[in-house]
Amino acid sequence: MKKYREKIDGNMFLLLITIGLFFAMYVIGLIAFQDRGFGKLQVFLNLFISNSGLIVASVGMTIVLIIGGIDISIGSVIAMTCMLLAWMMEVKGIGAVPALIIVLLIGIAFGFVQGWLISYLKLQPFIVTLAGMFFARGMTAIISTDMISIKNEQFLSWANAKWSLPFGGSVNKKGIVVNPYIYAGVVIALLVLILVFILLKYTKFGRSIYAIGGNEQSALLMGLNVRRTKLKVYVINGFLASFAGFLFSLNTCAGFVEQAKGFEMEAIAASVIGGTLLTGGVGNVFGSLFGVLIKGTIESFITFQGSLSSWWTKIVIAVLLSFFIILQSMLAVARRKK
Amino acid sequence: MSKSKSILKKIAGYRLFLPLVCLAIVLLINIIKTPTFFEISIKNGVLYGYIIDIINRGSELVILAIGMTLVVAASGGTDISVGAVSSVAGAVCVFILGGGLPSTDYYHAPYILGLLGALVVGIACGAWNGFLVARMRIQPMVATLILYTAGRGIAQLITQGQNLYLRVDHYKLLGASIPGVPLPTPVFIAVLVVLLTWLVLKKTSIGLYVQSVGINSKAAGLVGLNATMIKILAYTFCGLCAGIAGMIITSRVNSIDANNAGLNIELDAILAVALGGNSLGGGKFSLAGSVIGAYTIQALTTTLYAMHVSSDQLPVYKAIVVIVIVSLQSPELRKMLGNLRANRSAGVTGKKVA
Repeated sequence: MKKYREKIDGNMFLLLITIGLFFAMYVIGLIAFQDRGFGKLQVFLNLFISNSGLIVASVGMTIVLIIGGIDISIGSVIAMTCMLLAWMMEVKGIGAVPALIIVLLIGIAFGFVQGWLISYLKLQPFIVTLAGMFFARGMTAIISTDMISIKNEQFLSWANAKWSLPFGGSVNKKGIVVNPYIYAGVVIALLVLILVFILLKYTKFGRSIYAIGGNEQSALLMGLNVRRTKLKVYVINGFLASFAGFLFSLNTCAGFVEQAKGFEMEAIAASVIGGTLLTGGVGNVFGSLFGVLIKGTIESFITFQGSLSSWWTKIVIAVLLSFFIILQSMLAVARRKK
Repeated sequence: MSKSKSILKKIAGYRLFLPLVCLAIVLLINIIKTPTFFEISIKNGVLYGYIIDIINRGSELVILAIGMTLVVAASGGTDISVGAVSSVAGAVCVFILGGGLPSTDYYHAPYILGLLGALVVGIACGAWNGFLVARMRIQPMVATLILYTAGRGIAQLITQGQNLYLRVDHYKLLGASIPGVPLPTPVFIAVLVVLLTWLVLKKTSIGLYVQSVGINSKAAGLVGLNATMIKILAYTFCGLCAGIAGMIITSRVNSIDANNAGLNIELDAILAVALGGNSLGGGKFSLAGSVIGAYTIQALTTTLYAMHVSSDQLPVYKAIVVIVIVSLQSPELRKMLGNLRANRSAGVTGKKVA
């Protein structure tokens, strides 16, 4: 029992650093951009609004990382999803609901193929998902190389569905009190997060994911069906990636080839910053949420600052990712020495 | 019957069998589609033709494939940052020579300084990747993913988000051809890189070291090899190759477009290594295989372009080829097919198996 607690402590340490970092960054933002309204509740809610897709994508990534795999195709899958949605609704005239269902089914199929290659043919997850990444990006270009904006009424009504909070309002320039609001996509993303949290924590399937990620050999000897569990994880991830694509398109209302480029690194960074170990077996979806929030805070810093180019977001995230990876690696070395 | 079968098996077992067959297939398709495929003409003392074009355009890929081969052999992982690193190196080179101006028609710094800048940047990026992989024990793809996404951001910062043009004829030498020499310069650079690498690996024991580290890094450490150092060296060399490729890419167009320089070339390089009969799991490697693989990919690209496939769509076909090759290498697939065959023969002799 004692040993178990020790292990949790090391990983809790990473999560605590993350939460601490988030609050520290937010406080810095409050002080630095005080006069520009950084303290508004809406600014905080915007972190969720602009990142609802990333929340879902990083939840999927977290599951895959816990089982000891990786999926670098999600950015392209998201682009393909957005493009397919836009193309089906605008060019083919398919309704929003059937288009959504088709897109999610394609995501599941994509995850199934990748998962089958990884779990049953024992191919390296990197190579398979790297091919998947180029495949999906290329497919996006095959569907259309031009940008398609979505004008479907039902889809736009989904995109604009928002709830105002009954408190925390601020007075705008015209003197009207505007309550802070969130979009429906955020609520759905958070629901997905909670569902996956329950799945990982309280179901047999969830526990076997941790067991396989911790040590595949012993999981096999324990009698777990390693292959099937892995396959299921990649299918779930494929579904979540296309679902993230749907949420992403609710924000952008368009499909184009260059969309969501580098998204896979943001999702990996969010998971890793949130305390998921790249070696597998350890991770928590709530940690990933904080990873996403940190990324969002960096982004709003850059928007509030005004003169920095958006490229800085990617560079800062890369630096943060390197920092956390090195921290993990050092913790692992320290543990081994013990 | 059995003798001819065994000879066939021997030929099929030859290491360069797969890459050569692939190259032959691609060339065959081309000959059928365009009968003038092998024609070579001379215009202004420079050779022209499809073949020359493939050999010329494939130069960067060959250079990158050589670096990638060593990375794959030493660490069992791939370096997916090569495209981004070559973009950074190209940006640095043009930035130094052009003095950071968006467009200029004379050198602002000595030529050699620009080249050195690009190479140093390439080496630094490679060493960083190697440090993460070998010292920090991070999976190669995650480690190189950092530069894969951040690299283009860095290149954008260097170029201030715009294309920098360097309209100096001298700068074109690296990417076009030297007057009086019938073959384009990139071909010579590629040959030079391949020859030097081959000589170093053959004449010293580094090649052997790389293989032993790739096959079993722990065992290699126990017999006294510095596995960490060898892996770092492999990644650094790959970075150097990316730097060289970056210079050629910018020299071809006399400018740097940070977003598109070396775009998707990492997939081609990995594909070249896999196609060359090298296992992506590390260990034994063959430089010749990778070189043939690289030219095959380039021939495939040229063929697809000729069939009016746009450059955005190319990755779809290449991704499928990657998966097919990697699946064929997988021992699991062989086992599965073996089981299937055993089942079928059991079905023939005994009861029917559904």
